[in-house]
Amino acid sequence: MSTPHSARSADSPSPLPRWRAAGLLAPLAFAIVAVVASPLAFVVVQAGQAGWDQAQRLLGRPLIATLLWNTATLAAAVTAATAVLGFGAAYLVERTDLPGRRWWTVALVLPLAVPEFVRGYSWVSLFSSVRGYWGAVLVMTCSLYPLVFLPVAATLRRADTAAEEVSRSLGRGPLATLWRVTLPLTRPALAGGALLVSLYLLGEYGAFAMLRFTTFATAIFTQYKLGFDAASAAQLTLVLVALALLLVLLEAGCGRRGRVARRGAVGRRAAAAPLGRWKLPALAALAALVGTAVGVPLYALGYWLVVGSSTTLPSASVLSAALTTLGYAATAALVATAAAVPVALYGWRRGTRLARAAERAAYLTRALPGIAVALSVVHFAIRYAEPVYQQPPLLVAGYVILFFPLALTAVRAALAQVPPGVEEVARSLGTPPLGVLLRVTLPLVLPGLGAAAAMVALTAGTELTATLLLRPTGTQTLATQFWVYTSGLAYGAAAPYAALMTAMSVPPVLLLTRRTLGTNSRTEDSR
Amino acid sequence: MFGTRIGAVRPAAALSLATACVLALAACSSSGGSSSDGPSQAATGAQALAGQTITVYSGQHEQTVKALAADFEKRTGVKVDLRSGDEAELANQILQEGKASPADVFYAENPPALTVLEEQGLLAAVQPDTLKSVPAGDSSPKGDWVGVSARTAAFLAAEGKPADTAPPASVRDLAKPEWKGRLGIAPSETDFAPIVTRMIKTDGADATKQWLLGLKANAKSYDSNESLSAAINSGEVEGGVIDHYYFYRLRDEKTAAQTHAKLHYFTKTDPGALVDVSGAGVLKGGKHQQAAQAFLAYLDSAPAQTLIATSESYEYPLVAGVKGKAELPALDTVGQVASAADLGDGKEALQLLQDTGLLA
Repeated sequence: MSTPHSARSADSPSPLPRWRAAGLLAPLAFAIVAVVASPLAFVVVQAGQAGWDQAQRLLGRPLIATLLWNTATLAAAVTAATAVLGFGAAYLVERTDLPGRRWWTVALVLPLAVPEFVRGYSWVSLFSSVRGYWGAVLVMTCSLYPLVFLPVAATLRRADTAAEEVSRSLGRGPLATLWRVTLPLTRPALAGGALLVSLYLLGEYGAFAMLRFTTFATAIFTQYKLGFDAASAAQLTLVLVALALLLVLLEAGCGRRGRVARRGAVGRRAAAAPLGRWKLPALAALAALVGTAVGVPLYALGYWLVVGSSTTLPSASVLSAALTTLGYAATAALVATAAAVPVALYGWRRGTRLARAAERAAYLTRALPGIAVALSVVHFAIRYAEPVYQQPPLLVAGYVILFFPLALTAVRAALAQVPPGVEEVARSLGTPPLGVLLRVTLPLVLPGLGAAAAMVALTAGTELTATLLLRPTGTQTLATQFWVYTSGLAYGAAAPYAALMTAMSVPPVLLLTRRTLGTNSRTEDSR
Repeated sequence: MFGTRIGAVRPAAALSLATACVLALAACSSSGGSSSDGPSQAATGAQALAGQTITVYSGQHEQTVKALAADFEKRTGVKVDLRSGDEAELANQILQEGKASPADVFYAENPPALTVLEEQGLLAAVQPDTLKSVPAGDSSPKGDWVGVSARTAAFLAAEGKPADTAPPASVRDLAKPEWKGRLGIAPSETDFAPIVTRMIKTDGADATKQWLLGLKANAKSYDSNESLSAAINSGEVEGGVIDHYYFYRLRDEKTAAQTHAKLHYFTKTDPGALVDVSGAGVLKGGKHQQAAQAFLAYLDSAPAQTLIATSESYEYPLVAGVKGKAELPALDTVGQVASAADLGDGKEALQLLQDTGLLA
């Protein structure tokens, strides 16, 4: 089987020039990218329908410049803050003698268990001063820094410490080593995490609305909500897509220098750098971070459970909503992870521009507002997949399209750890291509697959916008029930649903932490 | 060595991957052409409706609509699949679905969401008898959707503050300099634009623009009526314009002791004393036209209107002879119905809200 792509591979720096299975892999990867990037096509087509005059009217408003500025400065500040906090926390738990490092590792990831809408709401309901730009920076930084912390910590845990030890032995101090050796080592992980954070900020609407901070996404939302005008909304969305493209290219520029794969025979844990008199300040800083990021939402939830007079004993519907949520989140996690494997594998095996472009296109949807993605799925499904319209597979497809970038990031990170050449070795020993995939490559990335699935399950389990639009009629998830009650001001009745959502998110968070960081070091040493 | 490890893992990994891929392909690759022309139930009489199932897209207070649907099922034998959501998102969904929409009925919170669908030719004419059961001004002038319930805009003030002891008589006052820093508004809510539309009719576009600029200078902007009510109750702002029922729902949640806000109505003829109608329409492409019409007829029947009037949503019924909640002042003493013809699709108000920078 020869495709244009495999034919081209002869003159490209591919690690596997005669890989015959690539003939299947390429079309599969492109088909998956085509589906997960379909909202981009939807946005482009819709934007065209509104016409040039409308685009000029919409984009020519003086407010637009302000909104773009708001979005850009917010994304810059939060991305920088999450990078600093994420890297700092990862360094503390992976490279120092901080007490209780294992415990801290889990605690630092826990903010991911807090549902999106609880984050913004909890802050607003407890502190009337957390508003506007700085309020948004605070809330978003607290919620999103784990996206940087996890991959950086994973890199630090797996990376060979030889370079750092050499640096120290040559007389560089701990700070110089941190800056000149450790930081560059984590660059791909830092860049990948920062990309996810910044893309998310572009399309986020709900939390900023609560914090009374208007961004570019606010303008898009206005067109949907009060204009009922998907075409005008799409024109504005294209601006976000352009911004996302910039960010993706930026990440490609600074995050992909070399692979992280360990080439030495043995990976060793670094000798812990003694914190000395910095031990207490470091502990206090981590405690403040976790206390703020996890404590505030938990306190707000507890408050509503106790104080809200509409609080009733959770009825049987809580249980069925929880099971429904679990089922959809798990299925979406499986499908998204399975879909991410061919795309990541294709990009990993072939370093061609086309492969990387396909991989990056998959990231752009992350910057689209949830409603744009959901309406795109509605648009395509009712025309080309009517039998599954408003059937369970449609909601799963919606989640997969929305959260594919999360799965792709985790699978890519896992593949980056696989030493180059193992596939060739297995091939040269006579293993057929599928056997190599199933017996060599996949087992090596299995922890990464677990992390990808956990990440998707976590996010899908609390998703609201797409759930309302794509669910089978009558289906209730914890998020939709929470929404039903809060939109009727019954926060007490809503609280059990949010609490259950948070509690159910803890196992995936633990799985994510374990899978990303890896607790079993023997499997790594066995290479 | 990884031989044993891999051997243990492989079957499970292979199986889950294979299953997942099949699922992904099934979900992603469409199944070709659409099979839209199912058997359309040509019901001939009321009895023939029993056993049918209609799909209702509802942007209304879910608990109330659930009770209505259950009662309708009991009376007619027609099953209701209720799809609750944000009314604007549901309207956008129907616009994307077009004629293929599985919805039989759209039950909205505000007229503009229905008017937009009417303009696109997606709604069927409502049966004349149903239209006749409520005042003509409460329904679409074209007759493609019918009014069901109503609420009125009012001024919610933090208890004991100057806004409470000397509440504004007119919504126009709120643009005056003395209100600077004391107000909250929720301009992105679908309830706010109708007040702007009404003001354009009564005062003209230029005066409305000035009024909006004044409001913008005076008020903090909130994302929702829920946030605004909470902010007034906590004293974060002194007052704001809000639909009357948010006060009662807030009080039910917080208990009367914890409610530190009071409701004041504008003078009856004021543009702020806007009675806004919630209505419903039948989708033209729906496959159960008769059952859908029967649901609309039911919504404007005495039993349904009584259910609405006594429910925890605190809305006013529209059908003559059905009394609202005793603690609510009579609707005709607190405001005037904004006719659907006057409200239109709300695009002019949106434009003004955007021009003045109240909305992005």
